[in-house]
Amino acid sequence: MSPVIEIRNLTAVAHTIPILRDVSLTVNAGEAMALVGESGAGKSTIAKAVLGILPPAIRIASGEIIFEGADLLKLPPAAMRELLGVRIALIPQDPLTSLNPARRIGDQLTDGLRLRARMSRADARAKALELLNDVHIRDPEQVLRRYPHELSGGMRQRVLIAQAFSLNPHVIIADEPTTALDVTVQKQVLRLIRQLQRDHKTTLLFVTHDLGVVAQICDRLTVLYGGKVLEQGATSEILRHPQHRYTEALLAANPRYDQPEHSLRPVPEELIAELKREISA
Amino acid sequence: MSASTILSRALSAIVTLLGVMVIVFVLVRVVPGDPISMMIAPGASESDINALRARYGLDLPVWQQFLVWFGQVLHGNFGTSISLKQNVMTIILERLPATLELAALALAMALVWGTFIALVSTHLQGTWAQRFIDNFNGVMLAVPDFIWGLTFVLVLGVLVPLLPISGRSDPTIDAGLYTQFYLIEGLLRLKLAFVWDVLKHMILPACTMSFPLAAVIGRVLKNTMMDVMVQDYIVLARIKGLSSLRILLQEALRNAAVPALALTGVQFTFLIGGTVITERIFSYPGIGNLAIDAVINRDLPLIQGLVLTFGVIFIAVNMAVDAMTAWLNPRLRHA
Amino acid sequence: MPRDLRIWLGGGFILLLIVCALAAPLIAPADPLEQDLMLTTMAPGQEPGYYLGTDSLGRDVLSRLIYASRVALTVAFVAATLACLLGTMLGLAAGYLGGWWDRVISRLIDIWMAFPPVLLSILLVAVLGSGLHSVIAAIVVIDWTRFARVVRAEAQQQARLEYAEAATALGMGRGAILFREILPNVLPVVLVLLSLEMGIAVIVEAILSFVGLSVSTDTPTWGGMIAEGRQIIYQAWWVLVFPLVTLFLTVLAFNQLGDGLRQWLDPMLKR
Repeated sequence: MSPVIEIRNLTAVAHTIPILRDVSLTVNAGEAMALVGESGAGKSTIAKAVLGILPPAIRIASGEIIFEGADLLKLPPAAMRELLGVRIALIPQDPLTSLNPARRIGDQLTDGLRLRARMSRADARAKALELLNDVHIRDPEQVLRRYPHELSGGMRQRVLIAQAFSLNPHVIIADEPTTALDVTVQKQVLRLIRQLQRDHKTTLLFVTHDLGVVAQICDRLTVLYGGKVLEQGATSEILRHPQHRYTEALLAANPRYDQPEHSLRPVPEELIAELKREISA
Repeated sequence: MSASTILSRALSAIVTLLGVMVIVFVLVRVVPGDPISMMIAPGASESDINALRARYGLDLPVWQQFLVWFGQVLHGNFGTSISLKQNVMTIILERLPATLELAALALAMALVWGTFIALVSTHLQGTWAQRFIDNFNGVMLAVPDFIWGLTFVLVLGVLVPLLPISGRSDPTIDAGLYTQFYLIEGLLRLKLAFVWDVLKHMILPACTMSFPLAAVIGRVLKNTMMDVMVQDYIVLARIKGLSSLRILLQEALRNAAVPALALTGVQFTFLIGGTVITERIFSYPGIGNLAIDAVINRDLPLIQGLVLTFGVIFIAVNMAVDAMTAWLNPRLRHA
Repeated sequence: MPRDLRIWLGGGFILLLIVCALAAPLIAPADPLEQDLMLTTMAPGQEPGYYLGTDSLGRDVLSRLIYASRVALTVAFVAATLACLLGTMLGLAAGYLGGWWDRVISRLIDIWMAFPPVLLSILLVAVLGSGLHSVIAAIVVIDWTRFARVVRAEAQQQARLEYAEAATALGMGRGAILFREILPNVLPVVLVLLSLEMGIAVIVEAILSFVGLSVSTDTPTWGGMIAEGRQIIYQAWWVLVFPLVTLFLTVLAFNQLGDGLRQWLDPMLKR
């Protein structure tokens, strides 16, 4: 298994507040890795660091992000722009705000195809129809002509997924892509992502706070708290035999539909206090 | 826009126009200065004066005069100018194209320049250059067209005599045009030397009128661009690897233009008012210049005709801006 | 103490102008009305004692410039304040009392704005006859809408806020609420507008005197000097330049003051 992304000792701060503490993780080719944690755990920050879109307030203090032999953090902007879209892509969190309201779906979908893959208008359109079919959108010709506000949330997210896969990138980062969707749609979308990932043999870095989602589609997972990696490993292993108390607590906090008598248990206070001490050490 | 919206807007506009006309009508008749006495030769008899007054209908009570005038207007008759002794409609139509061309040129310049400033400032956000541009624009905002015009006359007309500072074209050139639309007809008929001459005469007054509007557009559009640039779809555009220029123009501008247009649209109508003093400063033969003379001469029919003309133009511009806003916003288009 | 440089610079210049206007007889080197037909259109510095030159009637430009500040400042302060009062009252009525008040006043504002303001001012002064009072009246009649629109919007916003409703619940009469609750909160916006309006008033007066419709032609005004300067621009550019620059600086000063005030009062504006 060859590593596609290697994050080594990544530390990030916002002024004096630590955001990421010495984070190290590896994502191997073709696998789906989950970054799990609650809000503020740093999972989105890691994703943004990889994509090069960290807000100006957050500064990388030390560490490397190695992708295909190069440290992304040290790449000049022009080189980074070459990578983006073609070798690394994003499935964003909010499908409503991530699509340009003033441009048609077809135009937004074919941006990459026309500008980076240099396809003709006709070829790009044909490919776009194909992509929309892959994400199970009915009536793709109609959709191409539409504006984002004319589509439902689920359809918009499918379009964004199609967009992400359009140039066949090596890595796709999915930033909580189902959070903004209805529960009924979530499952379909997750299955879609998993299927496309397998078909294209893409490496997937999946940011989420929901262990249920992780269980469904991720091969490996990394548990984060307060910017620090607590646990890493294969999903099946960790979910059955969690090593860290926090992971246990997370599991316990998840509703179990097969054990309705098992009431929801939030992460206990003492554990949180312990964790805080642990990570600042 | 739906038909009912258009209809209600039109009705509202007509009511406003009526209000304007009534107010002006009443105003000029409260005048201390008497136009008749200004026209008549000294030593004329009382009966002559009364005859003249009756001829212009000025002996009737004000409300009757209004009804008479209103009836005439509906038939397209605007009466005869007291000072110029010609049909008011003729006079206005003769000089209207000059003003329209000037205002159109000024608007185009303001849009181009204002948009350019806003885009450059957005692109350079965070640098000292951007702060300089924004501050400079702020100063430009404060300068009224009156001062621009006189400064141009001074600097580019006299100090460094680059451009003409009066009139609309060189009187020695006869281009043999059919209409008064010097610029448009000249272009269409490819009389390029003539067009160049006309443009040279129009540039300074057009700049005068456009600079304040350009400054406003620059500021407003910059603000809306800044709002747009932090949106998620812009972030995604960057992640797609699109270039800064493409993001600025293709992704951001159309979203920023709509609210900017809504905020600045009303200012376009101020351009119409700006023609009055600008044409005076540059001795440009349009309806603005005409209006000043009409007022000084207490030429009632001409004043009324001009006010009506200005009112109609104002309303037309307003409706055009509304239509433009609706067309640009895809959401409104399909509503 | 406001730290904004604009307030100090703008305010400082205005203060300087006020001093000039009040002390004109003391600081002007010559009588602004005195003509000397032997010394017409002298360039600045050409003739001792006439620092900025003379115009086509041999009058000292500098003295006329100083005396003209009287007209400008009088118009600025009086007209702007009156326009402010009228506009604010109507704006408050429309915004807070709403209903019929709002409909009528809003329609009135629409009609007013359909006029090119310059044309309207020229028209009004022509109607009212020349003189300072007509210029002031013209400005007030035209520009009250500027205040009314903004104050109306503010008043509407304020009226919706809870403290206004609370005051009603406490049994305060509408008038009392208007003056004791709404008005103080509208005041910062009005102050900023007032400063800007003064700059506008100076310009309007200049335009009117440029066209020859302001005070009598003897009284020196910047606009009048500019008009004359425009006529003889090829022979005596200085007659146009000096009043133009002074006018520009004055307007700039009022604008900077207004901008600075807006910045300074911002925490109060943002509600």
